[in-house]
Amino acid sequence: MTRHLQLTESGKLKHFLTIEGLSKQLLTEILDTAESFVDMSEHQVKKVPLLRGKTIINLFFENSTRTRTTFELAATRLSADVLNMNIATSATSKGESLLDTIRNLEAMQVDMFVVRHALSGAAHFIAQQTAPHISVINAGDGQHAHPTQAMLDMFTIRQHKKQFEGLKVAIVGDILHSRVARSQILALNTLGVTDVRVIAPKTLLPADVTSMGVTALHDMNEGLNDVDVVIMLRLQKERMNSAFLPSESEYFRCFGLSETKLKQAKSDVIVMHPGPINRGVEIASSVADGSHSVILQQVSNGIAVRMAVMSMAMQSQGGAA
Amino acid sequence: MSSLLIRNGRIIDPANNIDQIGSLSIKDGKIAELLSADSNATADSIIDASGQIICPGFIDLSVRLREPGHSQKGSIASETRAAAAAGVTSLCLPPDTKPTIDAPAVVEFIKDKAEKAGYPQVYMLGALSQGLAGNDLSNLFALKQAGCIAVSNAGNSLNNLLILRRAMEYAATHDLLIIYRANETSLSGKGCAHEGAVASRYGLPGIPAAAESIALAQCLELAELTGCRLHISQISCKQSVIKLQQAKKYGLQVTADVAIHQLHLTENDVIPFDSNYHVIPPFRSQIDRQYLRDGLANGTIDAICSDHQPHDLDAKLGAFPETEAGVASLETLVPLMLELSQQHGIALNHAIAKLTQQPANILGLAAGTLGIGQAADVCVFDPNANWQVNRQNWHSAGINTPYWQQNLRGRVTQTIQAGQLIFKLENPQ
Repeated sequence: MTRHLQLTESGKLKHFLTIEGLSKQLLTEILDTAESFVDMSEHQVKKVPLLRGKTIINLFFENSTRTRTTFELAATRLSADVLNMNIATSATSKGESLLDTIRNLEAMQVDMFVVRHALSGAAHFIAQQTAPHISVINAGDGQHAHPTQAMLDMFTIRQHKKQFEGLKVAIVGDILHSRVARSQILALNTLGVTDVRVIAPKTLLPADVTSMGVTALHDMNEGLNDVDVVIMLRLQKERMNSAFLPSESEYFRCFGLSETKLKQAKSDVIVMHPGPINRGVEIASSVADGSHSVILQQVSNGIAVRMAVMSMAMQSQGGAA
Repeated sequence: MSSLLIRNGRIIDPANNIDQIGSLSIKDGKIAELLSADSNATADSIIDASGQIICPGFIDLSVRLREPGHSQKGSIASETRAAAAAGVTSLCLPPDTKPTIDAPAVVEFIKDKAEKAGYPQVYMLGALSQGLAGNDLSNLFALKQAGCIAVSNAGNSLNNLLILRRAMEYAATHDLLIIYRANETSLSGKGCAHEGAVASRYGLPGIPAAAESIALAQCLELAELTGCRLHISQISCKQSVIKLQQAKKYGLQVTADVAIHQLHLTENDVIPFDSNYHVIPPFRSQIDRQYLRDGLANGTIDAICSDHQPHDLDAKLGAFPETEAGVASLETLVPLMLELSQQHGIALNHAIAKLTQQPANILGLAAGTLGIGQAADVCVFDPNANWQVNRQNWHSAGINTPYWQQNLRGRVTQTIQAGQLIFKLENPQ
């Protein structure tokens, strides 16, 4: 169903809801398209007219400054008209249903929804319900997927490591609640990374996590051994309140990324983080700001990758100029 | 004196150990006689059941009628009609109506409406706690007097073990059967899918099987302590089957049922984010399903119910976790029961017993058999009829089923309650 929903009959990207069901070829096409947008950000005029006349609504049912901003910039650089709607504080809290909100916005002749929602499956639901000419980009749904984040991470990995085959990648932290990790694992597996390790306490790993195509480890020194890429996940403060963890300090001691622990990795390891960072909780400042860190590159790559996904989705609809 | 003859079918009556081709004679609303296939008896009206199965009308331990209180989802009229179309002649209505069945006036209201509808017999389950809130007991004796056949807290748990203990003691005082769904809420939380590989993959909050089996174990211990009559409803996992088996082995008087769809679907069948698969307890693993099937075969699980929960379209429109749980499952009961016997090694007479004789025993009803002199509650179904689950063939107001638009085999053609034809299939294919 997912495949059928995301792709046009000719196999082009129509919606971007999850990595699941997408081919290596398509993911590579996203990365290659993003490549062509990267240089553009260094130009004097940072715009291309690909989506001129198109209207994109950033539909955020959950607050997020960073993701919304990069989507907004991406759309603007493609010359689309962008409207930000922060629904977390508007219609749905007045009892309007998700579907009613979508129907109303649809009536305003929009071309694309960029959706963030606190519940898993929300983007799928919207994609199923919207008019066929509207594309839906998932900007994070519950604990399910955050495919553009995963693709910007893949883009950053490819920038530094050139190819995916043979890489060893560690994802560290709250895998249980992380839509980012789920999408990263799918993307890494699809692109040919066979050694993906997740490192976390058992309280923060989903049931049967190994069925997702990863090795599960509980020890940083073992898990980081010889890796090419370390992806640190943000630890939400509320995890301390529901017996997932005893304290921030104990978490940092066991699973925080320090310079000492990083020595287990390859000498050219890159350190990534989807942001925002909790310094001293999941990562030491010296590592976050250190020579292995590519955290800020991830942010700039995010714009190019989102431009790629948006333009591809509009093109498949026959819409892009 | 009106008479009815159901002719030349395969009569299966587990309670009397009958499985033979013959005819069933009904007089004055009661089973009059079992005749051989070559009998030339006649009657006021005759049903030709050649190639079909004649069995006792089904007794369904859990059917939501959605009235009063949820009329957008269905009504007593629409859902009892769906029950009749499913071959059900008696059903239990859980108390989570609105208002809840925690006062005799509500019982009276539903009784009147159900009698007017004229389809299956509706037996109400009184609310064990006031408003099903799990804190204070309802007036259980008054509910019993008003006609409730048992008491239940529907899908809700009681708030702590002390309340559960007292509820059991008090119910036992009035010899009331408690029908209870075991769920430890601190473990199930806001989960909406079985905690396992599939929920992990799709980021859906999980419900561990232990949320059920832990609560079940506590329940069994308290039943032993208090001596109450206990029936566990809608179990879903391996450990629940094991715990029940142990309890029964050591002599505890307890019974249990399983919802029909749990015997067929697992987490692996769930189409991602399709809310028609949102059901509580959730579809579990293949191992759990095997234990349920085995438990049914070896008698650990006494009965099958439909756990029918019709919904309006809106209830199922949304992101999966926010949609309402439940399947409209009455009308797929017969095809799914047949599949159990044809493909999963449960003898047909055994499967029929789980829907007739056994629930009658659990409830203490003189029903569920075709014994001479019994009220003539009869279901006639064609085990070979192919049909599609669609609007045209559907009676429930809810179309929320994973089987929508699928082709199934086995269909009820006539349902007779107390000698009256309450359902007849109009367009048998």
